[in-house]
Amino acid sequence: MKNRRFLALLPLLSLLGGCQAVLLSPSGDVALQQRNLMLISTALMLTIIIPVMALTVFFAWRYRASAKADYDPDWNHSLPLEVVIWAVPLLIIVILGALTWMGTHLLDPYRPLNRISAATPITTAQAGSTQARKEPLVIQVVALDWKWLFLYPQQGIASVNEVVAPVNQPIEFRITASSVMNSLFIPALAGQIYAMPGMQTKLNAVINHPGDFEGFSANYSGEGFSGMRFRFRGLEGNGFEDWVKAARDKGDKLGREEYLVLERPSEREPARQFGNVAPNLFDLILNMCVDRAKMCMRDMMAMDAKGGGGKEGISTVMALEYDKSVRRGGAPMPPRPFVTAICTPADVYGKGEIARASN
Amino acid sequence: MNSYPDWWKLVFGRFTLEAIPYHEPILLATFAAVAIGGLALIAVITRMKAWGYLWNEWFTSVDHKKIGIMYMVLGVVMLLRGFADALMMRGQQAIAFGANEGYLPPHHYDQIFTAHGVIMIFFVAMPLVTGLMNYVVPLQIGARDVAFPFLNNFSFWMTVGGVVLVMASLFVGEFAKVGWLAYPPLSGAAYSPGVGMDYYLWALQIAGVGTTLSGINLIATIVKMRAPGMDMMKMPVFTWTALCTNVLIVASFPVLAGTLALLTLDRYVGTNFFTNDLGGNPMMYVNLIWIWGHPEVYILILPCFGIYSEIASTFAGKRLFGYTSMVYATVVITILSYLVWLHHFFTMGSGASVNSFFGITTMIISIPTGAKIFNWLFTMYRGRIRFELPMMWLIAFMLTFVIGGMTGVMLAVPPADFILHNSLFLIAHFHNVIIGGVVFGAFAGITYWFPKAFGFKLDPFWGKLSFWFWVIGFYVAFMPLYVLGLMGVTRRLNHFEDPSLQIWFVIAAFGAVLIALGILCFLIQIAVSIQHRDRLRDVTGDPWDGRTLEWSTSSPPPAYNFAFTPVIHDHDTWADMKKRGYQRPLDGFRPIHMPKNTGAGLIISAFATICGFALVWYVWWLAALSFAAVIVMAIAHTFNYDRDFHIPAETVLREEDLRTEQLARA
Amino acid sequence: MTTATAQQDKADVPVFHLTEDEHEHSGGSTMLGFWMYLMSDCLVFAVLFATYGVLGRSYAAGPSGADLFDLKLVAVNTTMLLFSSITYGFAMLAMDKGRQAAVQGWLLVTGLFGLAFIGIELYEFHHMILEGATPMRSAFLSSFFTLVGTHGLHVTFGLIWLTVLMVQVSQRGLIEANRRRLMCLSMFWHFLDVVWIGVFTFVYLMGVLK
Repeated sequence: MKNRRFLALLPLLSLLGGCQAVLLSPSGDVALQQRNLMLISTALMLTIIIPVMALTVFFAWRYRASAKADYDPDWNHSLPLEVVIWAVPLLIIVILGALTWMGTHLLDPYRPLNRISAATPITTAQAGSTQARKEPLVIQVVALDWKWLFLYPQQGIASVNEVVAPVNQPIEFRITASSVMNSLFIPALAGQIYAMPGMQTKLNAVINHPGDFEGFSANYSGEGFSGMRFRFRGLEGNGFEDWVKAARDKGDKLGREEYLVLERPSEREPARQFGNVAPNLFDLILNMCVDRAKMCMRDMMAMDAKGGGGKEGISTVMALEYDKSVRRGGAPMPPRPFVTAICTPADVYGKGEIARASN
Repeated sequence: MNSYPDWWKLVFGRFTLEAIPYHEPILLATFAAVAIGGLALIAVITRMKAWGYLWNEWFTSVDHKKIGIMYMVLGVVMLLRGFADALMMRGQQAIAFGANEGYLPPHHYDQIFTAHGVIMIFFVAMPLVTGLMNYVVPLQIGARDVAFPFLNNFSFWMTVGGVVLVMASLFVGEFAKVGWLAYPPLSGAAYSPGVGMDYYLWALQIAGVGTTLSGINLIATIVKMRAPGMDMMKMPVFTWTALCTNVLIVASFPVLAGTLALLTLDRYVGTNFFTNDLGGNPMMYVNLIWIWGHPEVYILILPCFGIYSEIASTFAGKRLFGYTSMVYATVVITILSYLVWLHHFFTMGSGASVNSFFGITTMIISIPTGAKIFNWLFTMYRGRIRFELPMMWLIAFMLTFVIGGMTGVMLAVPPADFILHNSLFLIAHFHNVIIGGVVFGAFAGITYWFPKAFGFKLDPFWGKLSFWFWVIGFYVAFMPLYVLGLMGVTRRLNHFEDPSLQIWFVIAAFGAVLIALGILCFLIQIAVSIQHRDRLRDVTGDPWDGRTLEWSTSSPPPAYNFAFTPVIHDHDTWADMKKRGYQRPLDGFRPIHMPKNTGAGLIISAFATICGFALVWYVWWLAALSFAAVIVMAIAHTFNYDRDFHIPAETVLREEDLRTEQLARA
Repeated sequence: MTTATAQQDKADVPVFHLTEDEHEHSGGSTMLGFWMYLMSDCLVFAVLFATYGVLGRSYAAGPSGADLFDLKLVAVNTTMLLFSSITYGFAMLAMDKGRQAAVQGWLLVTGLFGLAFIGIELYEFHHMILEGATPMRSAFLSSFFTLVGTHGLHVTFGLIWLTVLMVQVSQRGLIEANRRRLMCLSMFWHFLDVVWIGVFTFVYLMGVLK
């Protein structure tokens, strides 16, 4: 009687078989492995879930009062049964736990890829092969109020709300955010990872099939969140090089000043490219010191590690020159303080330039 | 704001007339409905001259039974509010595709999903669960009240204080737009200016005080006030789960209080705990809030496991299978629930070893939970199952909860979580366990113990209708969300581009309507039952052939619960008593020592609520005054040493004779 | 204690209820309940300590503990609080002997030590804030002021409570209810002492001596 509900679900499952469920038919190898892990764990659990459901329905029917089946009101303990009901779930969890441990380490987003797909491993020099290791394409990602900025340090270009990568090329995303927490998620490519201000997370992935895929923020970040979408394009042949060249030819500039304008909240920005990008821009964003007046987090942390700035450091704060709350549509707030840049022999004007190159 | 003179700021803080949402038709209509309803209620109460009765018999009552019932009423009323939010969200998501922006702009939609989460967890599920524990636990352990009856009343009114603040935000100002756990930096002063977040903080802080104190109260009750003979392994399973839940409450709510206090300081004082600048660390908030948040879900589900256990053995007419392993499973879950919090944010980028540790501990929790499912299963085996409504809820729960458990374990595998995190799959999962576990359990518990509380059963026809609407509605509403999750749709979106998703949202919205009908049938069920209470009357005090001690008293039980303190020999105490020919004592009654009613709890919480409201609006003078009033009232209360009285033996005799007569007629 | 009137001589019909009313043991519940409250309060402090543990080195290029703390002053402060615990202990001993005047006297001394503690702490805070080392300056200072301030707030409430109890003892004497209350405050007071030892070691000593 109860299981009629599950019959009703069957059509849904068949619909899932269609290609719309992107998580079930992804185009990137990482997402594919994640899907496999999901399916294996589901299958493993179904081995116990289905009998339990069947038994529930069967016992409920078999021992209904009107059936006058065996009735044993004092039967309440059975050691063998107890062993089974603790041991079977335990066994499944042991298997699943082992899978989890391996899967989590293999699919750690920080771990460089060791294969392009199941059939093509990435050979390493240590393996004695002559083929050199395929270096990943680095894409730096910044979640802005409510759009995505992608910087290509190796190519010297940047792109808003569109990210392009060659097919079968390992990609290393380095991810941060400008204001609040977001989550970078391209379901067809790989699982998501948070984008957090002042911090860097990483994601290694590869796209195996060309095409246009959807990407978005998977962590609520305020009013414009719903429109925080971008295109991920996997291109074959010279598509990527052409795209880079087109961006370079257009030559739009993205330096500190341009970034501070771009950073202001806006929604549903069309995709656009910058061909002339300040080389250390991502580093400045990550260290939250694009604004020249602000001390970089890295320098601040270095000072803190040596015991802080002392009592002289008390007054090195200034009010932030723009008001974040007004930018989000609120009433003016009392100005928030920040630590000002300090002049050093290498930087006499206190412009907060980071001497070291970005890693 | 600038057009207001300085004296206005001094008197009204940041409150301005613009803060009242005249221009929002939905809110205005809601306000009109609430106002008319409220006025009608006040008129009816005044007409029936019931104010004195309500004040003396209910509001100031320290009787755990009445407080339990008030918690349940609060939970059901707030269910209507929380569910209205759910319907609005489902409606918005069903139509907002492509060019259609829907009827809720982000400003509203974001408040609604925040309010839905906060209300459903703090002001629906918590009151329902606390109400059932309050009502049932003292009866099950043979006690006459809880350990601290005044504190119990105070806890209830503090919960109401939180409710009042959340409801006030609807009509004065706005609510938070940050999601139910309010992650900074978004919830910080820089990105969430305005009163919404402050309503959130003070409402939860005030309600949290109530919850913590009620947790302490119930632990002390269970540990200290069990009837003689009831050692720990003779406690009914519901009492066991209540004990574990309250241990979890006492061990987790202070973390919530501390965390919210730090966020409050960030917002009010300008400290830097969770800010981006000056060394703050938002990730710490996420950790702290989930150190509370994960035990919280077990706080909700454990008592429901207890309810199911009571129902399984009662309606199968059989001892609970594996009592001991049930108890150990509960304790194991209690302990493990502290070791899994990180699974809520695998995607924050911890290392693989940390992630897999927390993934595996999460999976381990499914072992004792699985054992519990098997125990209920084998309780049915060789039973004689009566398919009354509570039993139907149990079967629906068992079938539904295992699906939720399965998707939960899927989410516990970190690499799988990377693709499912924050998706509608996750939403479907936790509704699957919270509706399938907690809500079904609360309804089962309400149906099961209603005759104990009021002396008549609930009407089975409307109850079954409600049951089917709920169960089918749940599947129709949430199975599409699993599908949408697998299609890579994330949560908290108020607009979509891809039209192929729409059909699923429409189905889900239809499911929500079915659930709404389920709620409606539940309300009709209560009305019909009250109307036909004579037909549904139970005079035995034991309408289900119950097995635990609460069924040994009359329905409703007398104020003193038990004329004599019972002596316990078995964990199915009442079944044991019935089997061994227990004779109800008819004479020899003595005066019974009981606590006196007091209005102090209500008054102190009222001032605390005013204080919260004043702080939300920066009305500093009022905040200072009402805080001082809280302190003064609390101190004044301690000067009242005359807190108890004796029910005279004659009154006890009269009540017991009445029961003897009733039993003779039955 | 409880007594069953009927003997359990016939095994098949055991005693199912007590005919004599139970002794009131609400005192025992109060102690347990208050102990649990203290444990929950302890968790609030645990959150604050953990926060300090995470943020205690985030000076935001500002001053550190070593720059700001005056260990001598804190040592005096600690002494005040430790003495107040001892004197509270004397008050409890006097209570056991039923000597009301002595109880009141020791409570007064305890209160004065407590006041001195609060006074010194306020002086320290005032001094730091005047220098510009406000809770807003850095995460380290935020967590420092919150942890130490929360403890100070507890002591303040303890002082209010102590005053109220002194009034109540003078009104009604050392009755059962008042003894119970004095016991609770005693637990509270010693608990604050223990927390302070944690603060002193973890915040001040480790802050200056690192």
